[in-house]
Amino acid sequence: MLNNQLSAKRTHYLVLMKALMALSVIFMIMLVLFLVGYVLIKGIPFVTPEFLSSGVSYLNERIGILPNILNTVYIILATLMMVLPLGVGAAVYLNEYASNKKLVNSIEYAADILAGIPSIIYGLVGMLLFSNHMGACLLAGALTLVIMNLPVILRTTQESLKTVPQSYRDGAYALGAGKWRVIRTVVLPGCVDGVITGCILATGRIMGESAALLFTAGFAHALNGFLQGLQSAGATLTVALYLYAKVEGEFDVAFAIAAVLMLLTVLVNFCAAFVGKYYKRRNSL
Amino acid sequence: MIKGKKDFSERIIHGGFLLLGLLTVSCVLTITVYLIISGIPAIKEIGLVNFLFGTEWSSTAANAKFGILPFLLTSIYGTAGAIILGVPIGFFAAVYLSKLAPPKVRAVMENAVSLLAGIPSVIYGLVGMIVLVPKIRELFKLPDGASLLAAIFVLSIMILPSIIKISMTALDAVPKEYEDASLALGATPIETYFRVSVVAARSGIATAVVLGVGRAIGEAMAVMMVCGSAPNMPDSLFQSVHFLTTIVGSEMAYSSGLQRQALFSIALVLFMFIMLINAVLKFFLQENKEV
Amino acid sequence: MKKLVCMAIATMALLGCLTGCSKSSNGVVSTDGSTSMAKVVGSLGEAFQNNNPGMKFTYNATGSGSGIKAVQEGRCDIGLSSRSLKKDEKAQGLQETVLAYDGIAIIVNPQNNISDLTVAQIADIYTGKITNWSKLGGSNAEIVLIGREAGSGTRDGFESIAKVNNACKYRQELSSTGDVITAVAGNPHAIGYASLASVKKSVKALSINGVIPSEATVKDGSYAVQRPFVLVTKKDKALTDPAKKFFDYAISRDANKIITAVGVVPAN
Repeated sequence: MLNNQLSAKRTHYLVLMKALMALSVIFMIMLVLFLVGYVLIKGIPFVTPEFLSSGVSYLNERIGILPNILNTVYIILATLMMVLPLGVGAAVYLNEYASNKKLVNSIEYAADILAGIPSIIYGLVGMLLFSNHMGACLLAGALTLVIMNLPVILRTTQESLKTVPQSYRDGAYALGAGKWRVIRTVVLPGCVDGVITGCILATGRIMGESAALLFTAGFAHALNGFLQGLQSAGATLTVALYLYAKVEGEFDVAFAIAAVLMLLTVLVNFCAAFVGKYYKRRNSL
Repeated sequence: MIKGKKDFSERIIHGGFLLLGLLTVSCVLTITVYLIISGIPAIKEIGLVNFLFGTEWSSTAANAKFGILPFLLTSIYGTAGAIILGVPIGFFAAVYLSKLAPPKVRAVMENAVSLLAGIPSVIYGLVGMIVLVPKIRELFKLPDGASLLAAIFVLSIMILPSIIKISMTALDAVPKEYEDASLALGATPIETYFRVSVVAARSGIATAVVLGVGRAIGEAMAVMMVCGSAPNMPDSLFQSVHFLTTIVGSEMAYSSGLQRQALFSIALVLFMFIMLINAVLKFFLQENKEV
Repeated sequence: MKKLVCMAIATMALLGCLTGCSKSSNGVVSTDGSTSMAKVVGSLGEAFQNNNPGMKFTYNATGSGSGIKAVQEGRCDIGLSSRSLKKDEKAQGLQETVLAYDGIAIIVNPQNNISDLTVAQIADIYTGKITNWSKLGGSNAEIVLIGREAGSGTRDGFESIAKVNNACKYRQELSSTGDVITAVAGNPHAIGYASLASVKKSVKALSINGVIPSEATVKDGSYAVQRPFVLVTKKDKALTDPAKKFFDYAISRDANKIITAVGVVPAN
């Protein structure tokens, strides 16, 4: 009869590895549950409709985060408006026009470097490049965020450009279309899913960004319209969270903002997954 | 001629796209140039050795000193601590999720990890401030919990999601034949995963670690809220400290003159660190590709 | 074609925004500086906006040192400082107008049973000569020193009055009054200093030489640890109309009601 028993040494190895894996996974699960649960439990009680829809009033001793919500929306809109043409254009160049391997490699390497630079350095450079000339305003913050999110848009657009079959392009060329027309009518519509995914990812990143905005967009609680808001300093939700927690010591407000941000993060994640699945289904049809 | 006209507009458009393509490169060049221009003056005035290895930072004293060794060491220790804590947990979780987890569990955990990755860093800092710092103070009987240790805990939690995600991708990409061959030779599944799959995926896992290092060195907001903000040498884990990132964040607003330029020099040092890490990663990957 | 038109409109909108990005555009008063003055300036600014619809008031809470720099570099209209200007700052063309007087409260955790100290004892604590609460009649625990960042007006005021300039060894150097209050409220053995107007129920303000800090004792000077709230402007550059309006309003008697409501003593 064969002895199918493992040696003691191997059994111990098995048990050890299994234990380590179990511990790690349990730790991860508890971490997520604790973080999300703690923030929501501490924050949701203070998230009232009034809280979400009013601004800050010293005279009436009331704190509302409407200015911060608006500032966040403005900065996301402004950044996306600027980064989309730039990022998509760069991706189109890399995929459709570029022939020099070295150039393509260096552009992609540059994008990787941009993706790895810490956000506080972006804040400093943004301060030097933009804020020192136009004052601390949302627009300066948006311009800084454009540089930060360029790699994201570039990468996702590039990947979906690659999925457009070459036969589509060849067919259009065969029909006599010029290169620009081919790109406009055949390639770009085909990469819409990548662009949308990139937008959602960038939105998530912008929403969570704080260090880059401290020196560029400033912190103020004024309630503004879109154009006025771009020209003035304003705190986005994350910067406001930092201010209320560290500078003013209003922890109820800070946790309420954290709860709002947590829910928004879940929403953005959900949208990204949903869009991914939708386009996967469409492309596989 | 029609053809000539078309050619011309085509070339303009080509040129337009070329400019856009070169945008990323010009951004990197602009950032590098600005950092170097802003950072060099202070280093010149303070002296490179005094700057990098000076142990005292008193930027607003009458006899101002600008030694950044405390911050260099704190950033190095902090990152090392984050890696020591975060990589094992992330690694084992990744192996489980990639190889052993049932599909439903894996899907749920992947969503959880993505959620963790997307949480803004200020929230980590807030929870660290309210929960972690007092607990450290009670547990270790310290006068105050804001310390290097608190920062290490926060950093290790923050790099977990990226380590898990990238390691999982690398482990998933290991060809099934490797694992089948190992099993056929009599190894147990777990031995296969750790002795064959992990080894085959080692460059991907190394990438994950290096990216974790980059993230840990560059984190500012969350760390600012738990590190204690005092420019001390990190003699002990329980010391109140400043990181390279946090000293810039804290003092930039009211700095002037040499102090301000010194802060830009710190940013330059940080930038060089990151570039060095990226270069090491690239070199490491190239080497493995040739193997 | 459509995409080109869209991009053109976007670019023009962008350029439109950029041209509008001047620092003191019509109807905007920008202030920058002291975190201790947050409540005072915030309330005054809000009242100003209520009385003058169409005018906008902004306040950046960056710290006294930063506010002085900001007004000097032209990044804001009025700088806010919770200390008097230094000689070299005045030499750089800045002038100060005292808005109010604020006490600096020495705060400890409510669990601490100490409630009175002399200035000499405080100086000894902060320079490290006394390191344990038991030496002052409190529990046997190490004193945790919380202070402000180097550019803080509150720190400057505290250190000059206690005569411990640049001699303090802080455990934590925080960048705002609110943060100091949070730190002291969260640590039973901490001691810190913060603007009297901002003190919350979560901390206990000590009496100095038997004098309890309050608006009354700040006003008659018996509470010695106090400093002025100062509006900083450039000597040679006239304020823009909106900024001048706000400035005149802030130092007028009409503003006194708001200033006292915040817990600070008006100067006029």
